Order: sequence, then C-alpha cells, then structure tokens
Amino acid sequence: MSSAEPWQTAEVSGPKKSAVITKPAMVRAVINRARHPVLLIGNRAASLDIVEKKFVDYLIDLALVHKIPVIATGHVNKALRDRGYTSAIIMPAVEAGQRIADPLWHGLHGRGPCDLAIIAGMPYPMEWTLLSGLKHAAPHTKTISLDNTYQPNATWSFGNLSIKDWQEHLTAITVETAPEGPADV
Amino acid sequence: MLRLTEKKIALTIKELDSGFGRIRDLSVSIGKLSTGEWTEPEGPTPFPTLATLRAWDRKLLSRYQPFYMPFCDLCCMCTFGKCDLTGTKKGACGITMPAQQARTVLLTACVGAATHTSHARELVTYAIKRAGRDCIIEPGGNAIGVEAPVIRLVCGEKPQTLADLETILDYCESQITSLLAATHTGQEGDSLDFESKVLHAGMIDQVGMEVADLAQISALGYPKADPDAPLAALGMGTVETSKPVILVIGHNVPPSVAIIDYLARENITDHVEVTGICCTSIDASRYSPRAKIIGPMSWQLRYIRSGIPDVIVVDEQCVRTDAFSEASAAGTPFIATSDKNCMGLPDRTDDPADAIVMDLADGRQKGVLILDPEKAGEVAVRVARAVMPARRKSQASANPESIREKAAECTQCNLCQRACPNDLAIPHAMKSAGDGDLSLLSSLYDTCIGCGRCEHACTKEIPVHSLIISAAADKIKNEKYVIRSGRGAIQDIEIRNVGGPIVLGEIPGVVAFVGCSNFANGGKEIAEMAVEFAKRRYIVVTSGCAAMSIGMYRDDEGKNPYERFPGSFTAGGLVNVGSCVANAHIAGATIKIASIFARRNLRGNYAEIADYVHNRVGAVGVAWGAMSQKAAAISSGFWRLGIPVVVGPHGTKYRRMLLGRADRDADWYVCDQRTGEEVYAGPAPEHLFVAAETKEEAMVLIAKLCMRPNDTSRGRAMKLSNYIDLYQRNNGVMPDDIPRYIRTMTDIPVTLKGDISRILSQSDWKERPIPDPTLFRHNKPVSTEEH
Repeated sequence: MSSAEPWQTAEVSGPKKSAVITKPAMVRAVINRARHPVLLIGNRAASLDIVEKKFVDYLIDLALVHKIPVIATGHVNKALRDRGYTSAIIMPAVEAGQRIADPLWHGLHGRGPCDLAIIAGMPYPMEWTLLSGLKHAAPHTKTISLDNTYQPNATWSFGNLSIKDWQEHLTAITVETAPEGPADV
Repeated sequence: MLRLTEKKIALTIKELDSGFGRIRDLSVSIGKLSTGEWTEPEGPTPFPTLATLRAWDRKLLSRYQPFYMPFCDLCCMCTFGKCDLTGTKKGACGITMPAQQARTVLLTACVGAATHTSHARELVTYAIKRAGRDCIIEPGGNAIGVEAPVIRLVCGEKPQTLADLETILDYCESQITSLLAATHTGQEGDSLDFESKVLHAGMIDQVGMEVADLAQISALGYPKADPDAPLAALGMGTVETSKPVILVIGHNVPPSVAIIDYLARENITDHVEVTGICCTSIDASRYSPRAKIIGPMSWQLRYIRSGIPDVIVVDEQCVRTDAFSEASAAGTPFIATSDKNCMGLPDRTDDPADAIVMDLADGRQKGVLILDPEKAGEVAVRVARAVMPARRKSQASANPESIREKAAECTQCNLCQRACPNDLAIPHAMKSAGDGDLSLLSSLYDTCIGCGRCEHACTKEIPVHSLIISAAADKIKNEKYVIRSGRGAIQDIEIRNVGGPIVLGEIPGVVAFVGCSNFANGGKEIAEMAVEFAKRRYIVVTSGCAAMSIGMYRDDEGKNPYERFPGSFTAGGLVNVGSCVANAHIAGATIKIASIFARRNLRGNYAEIADYVHNRVGAVGVAWGAMSQKAAAISSGFWRLGIPVVVGPHGTKYRRMLLGRADRDADWYVCDQRTGEEVYAGPAPEHLFVAAETKEEAMVLIAKLCMRPNDTSRGRAMKLSNYIDLYQRNNGVMPDDIPRYIRTMTDIPVTLKGDISRILSQSDWKERPIPDPTLFRHNKPVSTEEH
C-alpha cells in the first residue's frame, strides 16, 4: 500500500489531494508560521494505543509544547481532564468545522479566524468529510491530519504509518524538537 | 354548488325541478370528495408548489446555514464533465460546489420521497382492491379526530376514504417530478434555493408516508393507535427451525400479508414460521403478531447464509441487491415480487402456482418473479413446506476447526479492514482465530453492519463475514427479544394530556429514534440512548430499523425496553409507531399538538404551524444509523417543521449539516407576539441537522436541542437539568453556554442554583423576558415576508 492511498480504499477525493508528511519538522514549521492554529482532538484519540501511551497523550503534548488551543470533540474532554488538561473548548466536530470555515469567525479566544486546523482522532470517514468541508470552504485555513491513516482531503497528512513510525513522527513533533517561537494564540 | 379545486370536481344539488324530473340532495364527486362539511378555514398555502414556502425555508436556512462537506471534488452528472469544483472553481454549466452539494442532497431527498410515495401508491391501489374505494380512513377509531394531520396541513384536505388518498398522491407525484426536474443541468444555481427544494421534498415525503400508513392501517386492520399493541418476537434465536421458515425482506407488505392469509386459509398457521427483515417484517407483525422480526437490514447476509430460511420473498427498498445470488449460494428458493426489484428473474406471474412451486421445489429454477402478491404468497408457503425436510438434513454449521483453518489463510494485507465502513480490526481477529482463539472474531459481530465488503476485498477469498457469524454462533442463538408492534398514530387524548406539558417544557422533550442500522458502534448504542431518555421521562418514539435495534437489548436486570416502558405517548413512554412510513405519525403528533392543544388551524397553513412546532414543541429526531435516501427525505421533512435531527458519524456522508451559530446573538431573536418586540431567545434549538461523533455527544446534543423559546421557567429548568447532567457526565465539566439558556433566575434548576448563579455573575448575563415566540414579524403575514 502506498503511503498516499486513502486508508479506506473507496474514500478517494478528487484532483486536490493532501501532501504526505514525510518529515515531522515540516509540521513544526507550519505550526510556527500559523497565527491562529487550533487542534481538534477526536474521541478515538483516547482509546488508540501508541506503544505505551495513548494517542491523546501525544496530542496534549503537542498542544502544550506549541501552545495550541484545543477543541475537544465527541466526549474526549474527559480523557483530557483525566490527564490534567482542562482548557479545551468542547464542540461537535462539524460545528467546529463550520466556524473554522468562516473567515469572519472571531476564533476561540477572540483573536481572529483560524488559519491552521490540526485534526486527529476522529472516526476515519467523519474526519474525511470534515476535512473535505474545510478543503472547499476554508481557503484561509490549512489543515493537517495526524492520524496514522492517510487523509486525502487535508493540506498535509501523515501517510499510512506503522505504529512505530507513527510514534516516531509524533514524538519528533511534540518532544524532540521545540518550537522556534510560540504561535500567537 | 360547484367546487373546482386542482383536478377535482364536486357537484351538490340540494333541489332541482326540471323537465325530466325532480332531484333532491344529489352529490357527485369526480376525482375527489367534497370537503364541504369541513368548516375549518383554509389557510394560505394548500397544495404548495416548489416556491410557495420559500420564504419560510429561507427563514430557517438563514438561521441554520448549510455547512457542506463534499463527498467528491467533482461533478459527474453530464457530458460536460467531469468538472472539478474544488474550492471556488465552477463547472462547465457554471455550478459551484455549494450548489452542487445542495443539488445532490436534493436528488437524495427526491429518491427518498419518490420511494415512499411510490410505495404509498402501491399500498393505496392494493388497499382499494382489498377493501374498496369507500373504505373509511380510520387510524384510530373514536380515539382520533385529526386522522391525517400532515395531509390536512400540507394539502388543506381532509381525506375520508381510500379513494381520497389517490388525489393526494397525484399531488405528491407532481411535486416530486418537478423537484427532480429542478436538478437538471443548467438552471437552478443557488444553493439555498436547492436547499429550499430539499425541504419541499421532505414535506412531500411526509405526505406520502402518511398516505401509505393510513391506507394499510385502514385496510389491513393493523393496531389502531393502540398503546398496548401486542409484543412480537424479535431475533434469529426466536425462529423455530423445526418448521418450514419463510423470510420476507423489504418494505411493501402485500406479499407478507398474502403469506399470512394463505396460511390461515389452509389452517396451517402454526406449522410455518413467517420471519422478516426490515420494515416489511414490522408491518407483517402489525398484521399478525405471530410474524417474527429477525432484525434490520444488516441481518440480511447473516440470516440468508445461516440456511434457516427455506424460501425467501423480497419486495422493495433496502433489499440487498445481491440477495438472489446469496440465496442461490445457500440453496434457498427465491421469489421477487416487485416490478421495482425484478433481480433479473423470469416473470412467472401468469403461470399456474402448481407449476411454479414444482420448478422452485425441484431446483429447476432458483428464483422467479411473481408480480401478484396472492400468488407469491401461496407459492412461498408451498415451496417452503416442500423443501424444508431435505434442507434440514443437509445443513451443517461451521465448526471451530474449519474457522481456524480458513482464518489461517489470512495474509494480514489489511484490505478487509480498509474496506470495512467501521474500520474493524479484522486482520487482528483473523490472526487470533488462525491461532485458535475465536473470541476477537466473535466480538466483531457486535459492531459489524453486515455489508460484506470485507469479503470482496479479500485477495485470498476468505469468507470473512461468514467466519465472523460462525464465530458468533452462540450469540446468534441467544438473539431472543421482543418488540412492541407498530401502533400507528398517536391518540387525540394522548395529545391533549401531554400537549401542555410539552409546549410548556414540563415534559423535557420528544425524542424520535428513527432510520437505518448503519451504526458506527453497533445497535446497542441506540438502545442505550432510548433507555436513557425514557428513564429521564422524555417521550421516546421510534420506528423501522431503529425500533428493532432498541428491542435487541437487555438492561443490567435483563429487561427489554419494550417490556420496561409503556407504549403510550407519555412521559417515560417508548412508542413504536411502526415501519418507515409510520414516521409520518411522529411529525403528525407534533402537528396535532398545534391543532388539538393550541387550537391552531391546520388546513393549508404550513408556515404558521411549522413556526409553532419550531418554537414550542421540544422534539428531536435521531437517525443514528441513517444510511438511505429515504432517511434523508424523512429528516428533510422534520427540518421543514423546524425539528432538529441528530445523526451518527456516518451521517456526515449526507454531505452537509444545517448548523446554527450560537456565538452570533443576532441570529437568535424572535418576535414576542405579546409585545411585538424582537427578543433574544437563545439558540433554541441550536442546530437543525448535526452529526455527533459518539453516543455520549449525541445524548448531550439531544437534551440541548429539546429546548425551545416558549419553555416556561419550570420547563426550562427541567430541560437544563437534563442537559447539564448529561454534559457533566460525558465531558466532566459544566457546559459553557448556560447563560444563553437562562432567561430569568427562575429558569435555574434548584439543585444547581449556586453553581449557575456564580456562572451568570461572571458573565455579562442579563435577565430577559420569556417571549410568546414566532419567527414571523408581528402582524406580518407569511406571504409578504421578504426572503
């Protein structure tokens, strides 16, 4: 399987497909360039195992290291709180998508519309459709999918990764390389 | 008096002296009865056409704006294309992506509405043949005065006999044709105008469904609005395999009725099992509680492959298109009965039953098409009895060793998992099964939707789905449940009893669990939600496949929801109205609240009543496993009434949501009819169509979406109490939007007084009046409202 094939075989999109993230440093660079990034954490993040931690643990690290505000979808907020992360905004994923797509949205903290949405941990087809909505309706917003299954509608997506490679990529983004400067959130 | 409306003529002569004689009290109707005795004044919009209710639709769509999530970047609908519509690109015809998505949603809704309306046409024709044109429409005897709330509201007609329903269907068919025409390349290009037509399709769908169910209730003697409709058996484990077994699949009940009638005529009812999948089984159980329901659509493959059915009869809708080839593989004789679903089979309609029975029983023909329900019924019974003894001798189930051997062939290529809609970890379960542990394979059964895509993806031709159901054989044997037969409409007295508490908010809401079984995490979730809301004293209503999934559940004490909760339309009730077409009774109940409780005129008065329902009746639809175009049409009908619908994660594939923006205060003003002033009423309800990612998120949304501007303080406090409790339970914190829902301090639930007062004091909350709400500006008639 190519790393740029949609994980669900039939979920092909069209001419505009996401670029595969081959170097985690690229994600860091994109985050650093963003003025108003947001991290959407879906419910599956709480149950997906990545070696000795859950996916949600890496995502919390990402939010803290890069100071990215979090939208908790599904009911993942409980898992966030269990880990001491208490500042997430709770919102259904499609509602978050609609607001991100609005170029006049005041943003999570009133500082302007979102220009980077990092999405992870949702059911594959739901994340697929949500990213499609943003691809078409939010030209002002870049998107990144951090699941280990290729999402063709993101601007950038991890490819179809083994757990080991996924862990290495996430670790590289969240721990081993510090951001060069905080994003304006 | 001579009345001319639409295609109909009614001539009444009180007294006439003429050269050829004297005539008194002559009444002649052509095409439609005279509704002269119905004194209710006619409203502004009887028989609305495509743009009649556009102003109302625009009101809803300005508040609940579409958020499109295209399923494909392209339009492939004409030879100009394919056209890439990515982002702001336009197609060769000039269409944009939002318009194309809305157009696709309209097509989907049209398919659904056409399906129900076609079904209704067939049922009305069948019912007239069976009971006569003058058969009185009687959904509930003396218990029901408003016999057809949707038809009254939309068409401005009061149907009395089966023949009257034909005219109503003429209208539906003309509207669906026009709606479909609107999707042709090169005309409508505005997404909101497409969306308005989606709502129109949904409203027409409600009419078609009401016609269908009124016809079958009236002609077939189904339970008539009976809260104590009998319990029917549900589940594969209930089938007595010592008897010949007939399986009916689909939605259109006449062949099932013919089977049951033939068994009764031959006095062999006790000797043959009539079992069914999908809504035709629900309707068969309304006709005879002895008919058994196997389960929703997702049970088709597993039941056909079990070899238990001795003959399979299919009608229309939600029948697997490979049902015949699956039946052939299982060696099961097959009868198709609908001209919409011929399945490539030879038409034996005009042949003698004896000859068809012989050919099917001997295996000379594996399947036949019989477009005569009575003949199909007779053939089905006779074939089942003829083939059953030999079939029972030849059946052998897979043993653990054979499952292990097959599973060991798995190469772990992951293609099965990548084909699975629910991303089930099939390769992992296969590896484990290959090593001799079948438990993981068995556990997949709980969340498998039975599509079979895993098998078609497998390069080693492993019968993946069959292995899953073989590994789960013990679970299947124990599928022994009950379901309350579909009761049909809601009684007027029930509406009188609950109308006030619902409108005032003191019954926290009406939650309708409807739709298909495309569940992301198994049917258990919809049952758990239904039980949760029934326990919280909401009125829980259900229909179709959702009603079956609710029945396939036992709580910690081993109780089935239908045994635990009453079937009456009351707080804490669990009301199964019936099959898909019975969904019209759910919409009908909300409309009847406006009519019976609030004494609003229904007749051709759609926008006013929808405004009433939207602002006052705390109803929410939940289509947790919605899959079909029919489910899309049903949802669209609820939207036009201003009733929100929640879908599961797969529901995002319907391509768009209708979402409110709670953060924009200006969107949530209503007119207070007492003062004529515009009043902030809060985002109630916040969305019209929203997908939830998890069951827990859905429950929070349901509780929140039950709030309405009209709630009294007592009612709002009760609704808030449920919302906050569910929110805290599932998210671990208090919701951050509480100030938006508190109008006065008396709205605050007593037990949360301290916490909420603190929240309010830390916000810019100000007390505001509780309005007598309407979306229409004071004293301004609907037809003159600007868009």
